[in-house]
Amino acid sequence: MTKQQAISVTTPMTQDLPKEKFDELETFIDQMETTKGALIEILHKAQNLFGYLPRDVQLFVARKLGIPGAEVYGVVSFYSYFTTKPRGKYTISCCMGTACFVRGADKIIERLKEILGIESNEITEDGLFTLIDVRCIGACGLAPIVKVDEKVYGRVKEEELEDIINTYRLLEGKK
Amino acid sequence: MVETKKMIKIIINDQELSVPEGITILEAAHQVGVKIPTLCHLDLHDLKMVNQTASCRVCMVEAPGRNSLVPACVTKVSEGMEVNTHTTRAITARRMAVELLLSNHPNECFTCPKNLQCELQALAAELGVREIRWEGERMDYPKDLTSDAIVKDANKCIYCRRCETACNIVQTCGILSGIGRGFDVFVGPFANIPMVESSCTYCGQCVAVCPTAALTEVNHTAKVWEALNDPDKHVIVQTAPAIRVAIGELFDMEPGTIVTGKLVTSLKRMGFDAVFDTDFGADLTIMEEASELIYRIKNNKTLPILTSCCPAWVKFIEHQFPELLEIPSTCKSPHIMFGTIVKTFYAKKHGLDPDNIVVVSIMPCIAKKAEAKRPELTKDAHNNVDIVVTTRELGAMIKEAGIDFDKLPDSEYDKPLGETTGASVIFGTTGGVIEAAIRTTYEWLTGEELVDVEFTQLRGMEGVREAVVNIGGKELKIGIAHGLGNARILLEGIREGTSHYDAIEIMACPGGCVGGGGQPYHHGNEEIVKKRQEAIYQEDRNKKIRKSHENAEVLELYRQYLGEPYGKLAHELLHTHYEERERI
Repeated sequence: MTKQQAISVTTPMTQDLPKEKFDELETFIDQMETTKGALIEILHKAQNLFGYLPRDVQLFVARKLGIPGAEVYGVVSFYSYFTTKPRGKYTISCCMGTACFVRGADKIIERLKEILGIESNEITEDGLFTLIDVRCIGACGLAPIVKVDEKVYGRVKEEELEDIINTYRLLEGKK
Repeated sequence: MVETKKMIKIIINDQELSVPEGITILEAAHQVGVKIPTLCHLDLHDLKMVNQTASCRVCMVEAPGRNSLVPACVTKVSEGMEVNTHTTRAITARRMAVELLLSNHPNECFTCPKNLQCELQALAAELGVREIRWEGERMDYPKDLTSDAIVKDANKCIYCRRCETACNIVQTCGILSGIGRGFDVFVGPFANIPMVESSCTYCGQCVAVCPTAALTEVNHTAKVWEALNDPDKHVIVQTAPAIRVAIGELFDMEPGTIVTGKLVTSLKRMGFDAVFDTDFGADLTIMEEASELIYRIKNNKTLPILTSCCPAWVKFIEHQFPELLEIPSTCKSPHIMFGTIVKTFYAKKHGLDPDNIVVVSIMPCIAKKAEAKRPELTKDAHNNVDIVVTTRELGAMIKEAGIDFDKLPDSEYDKPLGETTGASVIFGTTGGVIEAAIRTTYEWLTGEELVDVEFTQLRGMEGVREAVVNIGGKELKIGIAHGLGNARILLEGIREGTSHYDAIEIMACPGGCVGGGGQPYHHGNEEIVKKRQEAIYQEDRNKKIRKSHENAEVLELYRQYLGEPYGKLAHELLHTHYEERERI
């Protein structure tokens, strides 16, 4: 049996999205020479602004570009980079590419889930961490790899994971 | 001017032939009687519906000089090209492509709504697949049963993308998209919301082209049987114009065979208390719509008037062009008008309680199912129409009832709501509604008799057509579109103020109702749709009375009950309103 789609943006937004961010996104789109073929670039910008791509932001982009919402959602759901759920302050990416996988990435991600108490694509209760499994990030020589935001932890071992996470918890004064 | 294409020589299965440059291997093979199997491919040339995704890999053929097999549906021929379509390698690859599709396809053909109509099933038989060699991982998505019209079962999807072509390119509704990636891909609306929350018009063109049962209509046949078996219910049935030229196909008759008499007999044998013709409602629609057009012309009101018979089209304008909601005619669609008259006039005349009357509409259409459930059409405690079944569903019911359709004698529709005209029959094809309206408008505006009733300039299969009709010195500019993508072109012109029409007819389905989403599956053969259209015009010529306002029973209805066309009671009963809807 296949697992259900990880993505769900069917539930209406509970928090209001800041208008300034929509304005900034609109300006960004307006300044483009052409929006033809620019959907992915625009979605990147939108995700940078909002941290994720909630339903309303996707519809905003669709209407602004005059394309169907389904087309935008098709692209958002295709690329694992895009997320429709709010992100934690830190995003922990666990590489599941072939090289990492043969060097035990499956055990690494299981341990991360255990430490954080969440599944992939979920956010921890304190809002600090989001865990995502990503495809090859192009540093196979360092496999297996875990990234916290842009910081890369190479040849990482299961028993090191707790210390890595605690570093960030300490930074936030939560340990 | 027709461009003369350069001819080139190619060899298919050792047969040398000369074909125009630029065609595909599939098209070339067709010319020499070589049938290359296809699955995802679909090409309705004149209706401009082409699906060339080459995703199924069923049409793979061998072209010496190329290392790998090539898909015949998208590979263009080139000078001197050699093609072998049925080598062992090609046949094996083809069969394997189908076997892989079957490896994760639900094994439930017996109970599937597409049983014996499924293109995947037919292909498996044709290619000689006799065992499932691999039991693959299965999808497990819930069925979408939220709408009154379309059932979506993603587990049966084979990713041919025909529905996306129909929805996004032909109809420009943009409801369906591939969602997710890899094995988990499925087709659905924005954010995977339920169909009922999307801006789907329920035109059903996705259903009409889906090769499997990933998209089907909601089946309402059980409700009809239930009503027929309830002794307290007075069950009325009405049949749309396009049914009589299509349902014969379900009983192996030639496309375009007119079976009006057999259709009526079969319905009587099924036990309906009265068998009526939606054409009567169509004549009534013309009485109202032509009056509305003349009213708008004489009082300098908003023009163009847009016909409002097609519920998918109505929903399209509500979602996509809410700023233009002033222009459609306020007329209810013919079957809804008919239902209203049954629940009021007919009920009173026969001393029946409207709540004990069940009105069943046989429609070539899936959108009519959702239309019948619109709140403004179900108010006053009773529905205008209670149950809508498609041509296909009726065909299944006739078979279930053990009626040998082919052998049935003809019979006539019941009276008094059974008299119809040629004008109402042509409602079933693109161009028909406006032609019927013009026949009446002409006589009403000029006071002269219209001798030649056939406005051939309004006919045809072009997606967008224009014509100017001279009515007593006044030129009426007519626009016609079939297919919602073509409707969009017309509407954009109106919104931008670049086009000026007096009257516009729009039908959501390519070809009009003859190509409706509820009609027998054409399986990619557009000739079938054209033959139905020809039959509609033939049926018009067969009629003694060919103008709606000469329908004696309709006139009697106004005299006895409704009063003036477009008058107070007519407004109350036969007109409706539209609402702005969100575009998702």
